[in-house]
Amino acid sequence: MSNLRDQQGPYFGEYGGRFVPESLIAALDELEATYNVAKKDPSFQHELAELHRTYTGRPSIITEVKRFAEHAGDVRIFLKREDLNHTGSHKINNVLGQALLTKRMGKTRVIAETGAGQHGVASATAAALFGLECVVYMGEVDTERQALNVARMRLLGAEVIPVKTGSRTLKDAINEALRDWVANVDNTHYLLGTVAGPHPFPQMVRDFHSVIGIEARQQMLDEFGFLPTALAACVGGGSNAIGLFHAFLDDADVQLFGFEAAGAGMDTPMHAATLNYGRPGVLHGAKSYMLQDEDGQTMDSHSISAGLDYPGVGPEHAWLKDLGRAQYWGISDAEAMDALRLLSRTEGIIPAIETAHGLAGALKLGRHLPAGSNILVNNSGRGDKDMETAAKYFGILDGAKDGK
Amino acid sequence: MASKTSQKLKANKAAGLGSLIGYYPAGYPTLDDSVEAAVTMCQNGVDVLELGVPYSDPVMDGPVIQAATLVALENGFKLKQVFEAVKRITQQVDTPVLVMTYWNPVLSYGVEKFASDLAAAGGAGLITPDLIPDEAKEWLQASDEFELDRVFLAAPSSSSERVQTAVDLSRGFVYAVSTMGITGARKEVDQLAKQVVSSVRHASTEQNTAVGIGISTADQVLEVNQYADGAIVGSAFVRAYQDGGLEALKAKVQELSKPLRK
Repeated sequence: MSNLRDQQGPYFGEYGGRFVPESLIAALDELEATYNVAKKDPSFQHELAELHRTYTGRPSIITEVKRFAEHAGDVRIFLKREDLNHTGSHKINNVLGQALLTKRMGKTRVIAETGAGQHGVASATAAALFGLECVVYMGEVDTERQALNVARMRLLGAEVIPVKTGSRTLKDAINEALRDWVANVDNTHYLLGTVAGPHPFPQMVRDFHSVIGIEARQQMLDEFGFLPTALAACVGGGSNAIGLFHAFLDDADVQLFGFEAAGAGMDTPMHAATLNYGRPGVLHGAKSYMLQDEDGQTMDSHSISAGLDYPGVGPEHAWLKDLGRAQYWGISDAEAMDALRLLSRTEGIIPAIETAHGLAGALKLGRHLPAGSNILVNNSGRGDKDMETAAKYFGILDGAKDGK
Repeated sequence: MASKTSQKLKANKAAGLGSLIGYYPAGYPTLDDSVEAAVTMCQNGVDVLELGVPYSDPVMDGPVIQAATLVALENGFKLKQVFEAVKRITQQVDTPVLVMTYWNPVLSYGVEKFASDLAAAGGAGLITPDLIPDEAKEWLQASDEFELDRVFLAAPSSSSERVQTAVDLSRGFVYAVSTMGITGARKEVDQLAKQVVSSVRHASTEQNTAVGIGISTADQVLEVNQYADGAIVGSAFVRAYQDGGLEALKAKVQELSKPLRK
């Protein structure tokens, strides 16, 4: 099982492709051609690396979380601190890359979908930095549960459009962004935020996030002298997970674990565990696993985490699952929220609710893996945006009524 | 093989008439209503019927069709009912019935089985808005096996090579996308439509092409038929039904087809 790292789009096994209206093909071709040139252009790579060094704050550090690990049995746990990036999550890695490509294509407007708002904030940030017009589509449900990020995007100068169709979450935000793109493709780049969608997005977004794993792999070797036994990351569309996994794909001794949102629980229909309970189909331009009914209608997903509340998943994850190279487990809302609180209280690090699924996964892995194992978790985002949800969930806000 | 859709478009053209291709969503607002509406359209001036399959994520559709197909789904539309609808429509009228569907329902049902059941129901073929020829291997085989039309799209942004592919692989007609955008009425049909039709003509003198997206008035239907082989109307018919039921739909079909019948 060597050279998994070399796999390029449009297909990952039977997954991937371009299942989009003909009107978008020219734009996808242009994007692919621009990206292929940029990828080999040292000046592009240098510009992106400089942005990461002077703006994003890369490389992000590795933190060993000993007090947290005490709750996971006899293992060591390390966090790749993507939460320390500018804008507070891994999303900036991809956004800066695509913003540079937008400039190269001579486009002046970017559109983006967002679930938790992290990708929307990152997109609005890049648009501000590069002087691009920015429109962010966000499900109406998500604008409510992630109100702080809506304010951040607007402050950054982006227009946020609440999407009121369908389930009013991430899936519908992508539909609306695709409709906008079809109509405005001449001057607009669709800054897709995850490793899903039509080719070249899954490959390109993965490449932009692969810096996570490349850095982490070297940091583990340099600082600790070994590679981790296992990697853990949350999976919605799958961008932070593939970003961490990619550099390790051909390290056969490193086990890969993705953690999907199990919502109310894996034994309920209220989940977003696409790779566990979905079957192959076409959604948002690519063939992959998806949650669908017997008629091929997309089913609503459920998760306390807006960023994982998505009934699809990137095609490379589908491929890695079928190959058996990565395993995908479910983490319930309750398990994720417990892990969020635990990391906050034991380490002074408040993770995003999405990220907390990966952390809860690490706690599970600690009980599953042999004693002495080392687990590297992608701490993909910080939890500031989730304070309202968390405060409600834990009942930790002083009530206004009792005047405390 | 002879495509009934192609024959109809060519016969109309030879007679100096244009063609009106009308869209209506199956199951809207109920299955029975949609069969009645479709038959009414065929009896009142629609030359080729485009029967839509309601789908949860219709990315090529504007608000009117989105809302209608959502109602159909909420009213319990099941995929297999599309075959029942096709059968009931084709038993009453001999208008070619093309099914317009996003790809996942077909994939989920099984491409070959879908083709087989559609042919058995008397359907003419499929219009596939999110399936490009590059990804259509299975459908090319199944549509050959069951002698079904397959309508691919050509867009203003399509390269001449891609238009050539759409022309070569389509059967029935090529769907010329009039504008860069989603379905829904527009005041003017984009000049881009002429360009797309002209690329299709350049690629083949035999292949038919019909213009769709944004067409909602009799003048637009007439105008488009002066250079293309048909005008495709969707949202205007759905809106007519929403506003005034079967009678309004019938009146709208008559209004839009009348200039072609003089």
